[in-house]
Amino acid sequence: MRPYTDQAASSATGDAAAAGPQQAAVERPGGTDRRRLWRSRRYRWDIKYSPYAFVAPFFVFFAAFGVFPLLYTGWSSLHRVSLAAPNDMQWVGLRNYTRLLEDEFFWNALRNTFTIGVISTVPQLLMALGIAHLLNYRLRASGFFRVAILTPYATSVAAATLVFVLLFGRDYGMINWALDAVGLGKVDWQSGTLSSQVAVSTIVIWRWTGYNALIYLAAMQAVPNDLYESAALDGATRWQQFIHVTVPSLRPTILFTVVVSTIGATQLFGEPLLFGGASGQKGGASHQFQTLGLYLYEQGWFNFHLGRASAIAWAMFLILLIVAGINLLVARRLRKSQ
Amino acid sequence: MRNSTRTARRAVTVAAVVALGAGLLGGCAEDSDEGGSGSGGGTKDGQGKTVIQIGTFGVFGYKQAGLYDAYMKLHPDVVIKEDVTERVDTYYPELLTHLAANSGLQDIQAIEVGNINEIATTQADKFEDLSKAPGVDKSKWLDWKWAQASTKDGRTVALGTDIGPMGMCYRKDLFQKAGLPTDRGAVGKLWAGDWQKYVDTGKDYKAKGPKGTTFTDSAAGLFAAVNNGYAERFYDSDGNLIHKDSPAVKTAWDLAMQAAEGGLTGRLKQFDKAWDQAYANGTFATVSCPPWMLGYIKEKAGKGGEDKWDVAAAPKPANWGGSFIGVPKSAKNKAEAIKLAAWLTAPEQQATLFDKQASFPSTPSAYDMPVVSGAKNPYFGDAPTGRLFAEAAKGIPTLVIGPKDQQIGTAFGDVGILQVEQQGKSPEQGWKAALKEIDNAVDG
Repeated sequence: MRPYTDQAASSATGDAAAAGPQQAAVERPGGTDRRRLWRSRRYRWDIKYSPYAFVAPFFVFFAAFGVFPLLYTGWSSLHRVSLAAPNDMQWVGLRNYTRLLEDEFFWNALRNTFTIGVISTVPQLLMALGIAHLLNYRLRASGFFRVAILTPYATSVAAATLVFVLLFGRDYGMINWALDAVGLGKVDWQSGTLSSQVAVSTIVIWRWTGYNALIYLAAMQAVPNDLYESAALDGATRWQQFIHVTVPSLRPTILFTVVVSTIGATQLFGEPLLFGGASGQKGGASHQFQTLGLYLYEQGWFNFHLGRASAIAWAMFLILLIVAGINLLVARRLRKSQ
Repeated sequence: MRNSTRTARRAVTVAAVVALGAGLLGGCAEDSDEGGSGSGGGTKDGQGKTVIQIGTFGVFGYKQAGLYDAYMKLHPDVVIKEDVTERVDTYYPELLTHLAANSGLQDIQAIEVGNINEIATTQADKFEDLSKAPGVDKSKWLDWKWAQASTKDGRTVALGTDIGPMGMCYRKDLFQKAGLPTDRGAVGKLWAGDWQKYVDTGKDYKAKGPKGTTFTDSAAGLFAAVNNGYAERFYDSDGNLIHKDSPAVKTAWDLAMQAAEGGLTGRLKQFDKAWDQAYANGTFATVSCPPWMLGYIKEKAGKGGEDKWDVAAAPKPANWGGSFIGVPKSAKNKAEAIKLAAWLTAPEQQATLFDKQASFPSTPSAYDMPVVSGAKNPYFGDAPTGRLFAEAAKGIPTLVIGPKDQQIGTAFGDVGILQVEQQGKSPEQGWKAALKEIDNAVDG
């Protein structure tokens, strides 16, 4: 960097020196010359460095709130360190990681994260696709419906979850009241493994379906209308049009939503935490809906084991990298098959 | 022309960037200014008054009881600002990180009883020793309360505020339907001296009480109440973990299991929404009741519960809850903060706090003051709460608290016991699950 700048500076001086005498003959010597030199240098600097200055705030903030925490978390994960004395770190090498391998709470959380991820993401995306398809037809008050499906996304996790907690209540919940009324009997939603995971997934599905539907809708509107017209001429039903025209055209978008939803599912935290009520970080009496995010929180902010929490955070990071890798392979395969 | 607009635009952008940067830097500068020792090391507001910042959680009630206003009237040159965090489980980790970074600390910091041991053992050097502070007289406090905030070498990191001597709240209407006595003296005698008698009363209740109601709310509540009456439960006085075979835990666990398996409980988790709803619907007959619980019941049970609830003596004296306030060494107005802390925890103010907010004093000399000794709670059938809780307070043993007390209590209550109570597992399975949980929580 340095030599280049010097060179640029000296060449600028050279230019000015070359231009100098002629100018000086016309105008007064000295001052103007230097001023022009200074101006042209400033101009060069402006061209060269201003863009960096403009993008710098992002990188400064990214370094402070993105890179540094990431690296520091990695560093802490190699130590035994308590939240009660975060400056008192004790080197333990990879112990926090090796311990995760035999930590049944970790595997349980990983399993739960996966199952909750599947039972929330799959129906969510299918429903979003269906809703987007319906909204894509000409219908009355389509603007209203488009806004309406996005409203769940606009509510806060906390508010939505607290309402769902009431709905899923064992003794006084509306869902159990309805189940009871039709003679199916009450379900203890929070105590069961599957029932609690379904309940948590419901909150996720409720919040994110509209969001994904809008993304699909946007992509659908980019599908040329001729395709539908010719399909209709060939006698394809709406369902056939959906399967043979819409879905193939949407492949890249679907892949995108799958990736985004997977990342969201891996980091699932607020919904199960609040669904668990008091001491919600445990995700139920037998950790039946404790996700990786909750286990991280429990280790770090309830048990105060920052080192172990950091190791979980990095494990989650690695899991996401693996997911991204798989996604890349699938995307490549898809592109080839097209 | 074109050139000049470009210059103008550039100037605007530069100005914006500079302003943004200056704002950020300014933010920092302002902070460090406060920390600096401008005049006498204190923070002053616009009118030159000393600002004392106090950090609390939940509802401490100082403000509500008018104590700040009273102090500011006595000291016209002082302004008190309270910074409240709603939940202690958010407040405490934040306090720990502030202590570690040695910044962002208030002049006075509240500490919950569950955390006081950790503060006294690991953070003592970050707090002022209040044992010899002016206006502080150790003999005014209950011995056990004072001991909990003191280090081995005799320093006291925080002053006791309220305590939670336990009574037993019960529903007169449900007791009557179950053929049990309803007079608070007679009810207290049903189980006086022994928690087993309480559980036996529960069995009677189950046999004859109204359908759809249970004797008590939760087995975990019973477990905690029994445990809290012992001097050593999870740790012994040398700081060793004894939860696996301490008599306190064993007794409490057995009783909790009897209650859970005998169907005496509402299978609820305390402080959950469903628990609140059960108060509103009046579906359980008893709950162990420190003074602060009376306010909770009144709020949740509302008008429908008026004159139905009453409070009697618990089987054994025990303490549930209570807090402390300490002054960090890096407080900006240390001297003023210590004065205020001493004043807020003096018997007179603790009595006022009980009168207005039902927080029970940790200073026995307050018990003879008329506002305490004559206190009656109209919602609870004019129960003489002042006398009743003062009686309970005197018998409370010095509970040994350890660094992981909270985690261990939660592991037993919200994992071990709930597995039996709500998920139908056997007591052995619940016990094993709790122990595994504790091993994981204790091992850093």
